[in-house]
Amino acid sequence: MYGFLIALGLLLLVSIIWMVYRVQTLVSVMKGSDKKRASGSNKVNAAMFMVFLVGTFVLMAWYSVKEFDNYQLPIASEHGQITDNLFWITMAVTGFIFILTHILLFWFSYRYQYEEDKRAAYYPDNNKLEIIWTLVPALVLTVLVISGWQAWKDITSPAPENAHVIELLGYQFAWDIRYAGQDNQLGRHDFRLTNATNSRGVDFTDEKALDDFESNIVVIPKGEPVLFRIRARDVLHSVFAPHMRLKMDAVPGMPTRFWFTPTKTTAEMREETGNPEFEYEIACTEVCGSGHFSMRKVIEVVTPEEYQKWLAEQKPFIVQNPDLVANLPADLKKVAEIMIEENK
Amino acid sequence: MAVVNTATGDSHAHEVHDEHHDSFITKYIFTTDHKMIGKQFLVTGIFWALIGGFLSILFRLQLGFPDMDMSFLKPILGGWIDESGELDRNFFLALVTMHGTIMVFFVLTAGLSGTFSNFLIPLQIGARDMASGFMNMLSYWFFFVSGLIMFASLFLEKGPAGGGWVVYPPLSALEQAIPGSGMGMTLWLIAMVFFIASTLLGGINYITTIINLRTKGMTFARLPLTIWSFFLTAVIGLLSFPVLFAAALLLVFDRSFGTSFYLADIYIGGEALPHTGGSPVLYQHLFWFLGHPEVYIVLLPALGITSEVIATNSRKPIFGYKAMIISMLGITILSFVVWAHHMFVSGMNPFLGSVFMFLTLIIAVPSAVKVFNYLTTLWRGNLIFTPAMLFSIGLVSFFISGGLTGIFLGNSAIDIQLHDTYFVVAHFHLVMGSASFFGLMAGVYHWFPKMFGRMMDSKLGYIHFWLTFIGVYMVFFPMHYIGIAGFPRRYYSWTNFDFANMYTDLNMFVSIAAIVTFVSQFIFLFNFFYSMYKGRKAPHNPWRSNTLEWTTPINPGHGNWPGEIPSVYRWPYDYSKPGSAEDFIPQTVPLSATPESNLPHEEELVKLEKQIMAEEGQVLVANESKK
Repeated sequence: MYGFLIALGLLLLVSIIWMVYRVQTLVSVMKGSDKKRASGSNKVNAAMFMVFLVGTFVLMAWYSVKEFDNYQLPIASEHGQITDNLFWITMAVTGFIFILTHILLFWFSYRYQYEEDKRAAYYPDNNKLEIIWTLVPALVLTVLVISGWQAWKDITSPAPENAHVIELLGYQFAWDIRYAGQDNQLGRHDFRLTNATNSRGVDFTDEKALDDFESNIVVIPKGEPVLFRIRARDVLHSVFAPHMRLKMDAVPGMPTRFWFTPTKTTAEMREETGNPEFEYEIACTEVCGSGHFSMRKVIEVVTPEEYQKWLAEQKPFIVQNPDLVANLPADLKKVAEIMIEENK
Repeated sequence: MAVVNTATGDSHAHEVHDEHHDSFITKYIFTTDHKMIGKQFLVTGIFWALIGGFLSILFRLQLGFPDMDMSFLKPILGGWIDESGELDRNFFLALVTMHGTIMVFFVLTAGLSGTFSNFLIPLQIGARDMASGFMNMLSYWFFFVSGLIMFASLFLEKGPAGGGWVVYPPLSALEQAIPGSGMGMTLWLIAMVFFIASTLLGGINYITTIINLRTKGMTFARLPLTIWSFFLTAVIGLLSFPVLFAAALLLVFDRSFGTSFYLADIYIGGEALPHTGGSPVLYQHLFWFLGHPEVYIVLLPALGITSEVIATNSRKPIFGYKAMIISMLGITILSFVVWAHHMFVSGMNPFLGSVFMFLTLIIAVPSAVKVFNYLTTLWRGNLIFTPAMLFSIGLVSFFISGGLTGIFLGNSAIDIQLHDTYFVVAHFHLVMGSASFFGLMAGVYHWFPKMFGRMMDSKLGYIHFWLTFIGVYMVFFPMHYIGIAGFPRRYYSWTNFDFANMYTDLNMFVSIAAIVTFVSQFIFLFNFFYSMYKGRKAPHNPWRSNTLEWTTPINPGHGNWPGEIPSVYRWPYDYSKPGSAEDFIPQTVPLSATPESNLPHEEELVKLEKQIMAEEGQVLVANESKK
């Protein structure tokens, strides 16, 4: 029934449009306006450009101000302050050019609309002008590029020695987390060792792997450098922590990394945003299949003291899965067994 | 396909010099006439634009109305809507992928460049046809086959390719990872191979024709900017498409023959795959070596068309003709050295990121020059707002809006946050998608009279323009906010994340705007097909334009000009020249015939012109006396 009504409505609409179209064609033939070089529509179109200019500008200004706190996510990392500054500086520069050029574009369209007794200016070139508007954008861009380059260089520089090493392993469709343990060094991995218990393919013949432990959430200390070592097990993924202004692809066969320093604990952020349930999140930003939109992981930023306390509570992977070390060479096995004993 | 009857109302048919008495098949299907091939590309492009647009409406429904019961789409989508009326997640990705592939390659490459390069090059440079009509025909039919294969892939049981239009491996290489990487991906690759062949056949032809078949007096410095843009576009395509071919071929090897160009250390579906040593990043480099120039392949023809339309309808010469050519050359060259700005966070060496950031922001300079030149062309003009002119002004607006956001994304430090968010979606849909689409529309409205000998209705054109112009901004401008807020691309829904669990209202608004914009394209469709048969008959030179195509008969036959090909004596932008009675002087008018409007340096040329004419006269007399 509804389908029939909708069809009927559409039919009616189409026939009305058709009638209007025929009537206006006939009227324009009668008035002979189709012979004129520019009909009355020329004025309407010119005016529409001004309406459009003012209307959209008001809409943009209103929405940009109203929604500022929604789209401007709070920043929680040191480099995030810098990149956000760059972002807003670029926004100021481009925003100015955006508004200026659009005023010119639509104002010229309105101001210089066709008039029968007028003649356009014959003005084919002016090298001085061309040079000015080649050099000015070039200079502005140079400044923007150089400040961006400085920031990029610092962000991608090698992580400090004391950075807390955490491995993020992306797979369809979740993240696995591995901490480097007390030695702050991750054990080797080999994708061929992956199985149901050893989902990360950790190579336990590497002594550094023995103290590695897993965690369900990423816990990191405020104010201390953190190094994410990023891997993928099956297809491309990408680690995106929006509040940290952090993004790096996870590539099968090619470990990547990103280091940063968090500046606000989760508790502080909860207070700042007034949202008692606030969590820092990691999302995936490289399309990876049907569950791409659900690869959520929580980051909890705590004070350094809380972090040390939490760290001390964690038990190495091998303690929970002692059979993993069953086939190790004798000397390593002994170390492992001591470790398991200590952590019981 | 070619439903066009050019003979309708053709009062000049008897004048056509080169009449072949073609059969239906040689005239409309396997034709070698560049004009018919151009129309074939156009109609096929329109078909694909409808499919591509429709797919985007489907995923916009999901994004704008995530709780909607989509059961009513079952008649079309069948099994892709499950029992509870939800859209299948893999199919959502397939929709996004096919929308991108279709729009970028089939609509904006073939539909835009294919249509207008074919149609305009011989007409505007004064040639009877393309250098090789047969290759030109092959170019269309390879494109057609490519389209058939891609179209067939939409109906596969496991769906078409679904790894995004960039089809990054390993996702696109492993069927275990996503169903679309099975047969769907195979068909995608085969279709692209045919498409690349089509583009190369066309490109070689465009370049050869422009270099070799220009009429007398048509020097490079007198070419309309449209031709310059088609020429440079063809050069870019010729140099970059083979790289995509190589990338696709290696992907075929990885998928089917067990090689490891792109695959390494993969554990999927409970087993470790034997691949080692490959690099997914290699594919990204190869892909974007085409992928970035591709942006300019779709954009340059649109800018060329706009230059021509704006100059004609401002009744002014295009400002800075030489600067326009130099900036297009600059864009052409630079387009090959900026590709890795798509990969700042791909894990490639950060030093490379620095290099590509510098190169990327340099390319903004010639683009800025072009914008300022368009603005100055409008300044003190006498603007006639034909629908083509409106679409050209719209293009300039999109080119500015989308171009400026490129300055954010080209800056690697800022790109860390914005990469693969809706900010990117907003950016390229404005600067590449909508701008090029508006170029296409401007071209259709402007050259429709030349194509079909009839006029399109301008009132409907105005309505179409305003609905589309406002609609496009309402669709893509809000995406900037969503992008700054960090919403990732290609997400089926955002409710899993606290940071993105908002803007449901804005997404709904975007979806409604998208539907309205899509529906308004039917006004154009009606106008296009109705005017083809019932439109007002076109006058000889409806826009009072200078270029050569308007010197042909209203319905030019195969061979374009009934008699001799006209010679060219001046550049194509002598609009409103001081001293001349009319506000335009076609390229075929000798300088010696317009002493009242010649500029000082042109007086020199007049002498030269007279000399050449005198020599020609002697040759003619000598030939006569030999007989």
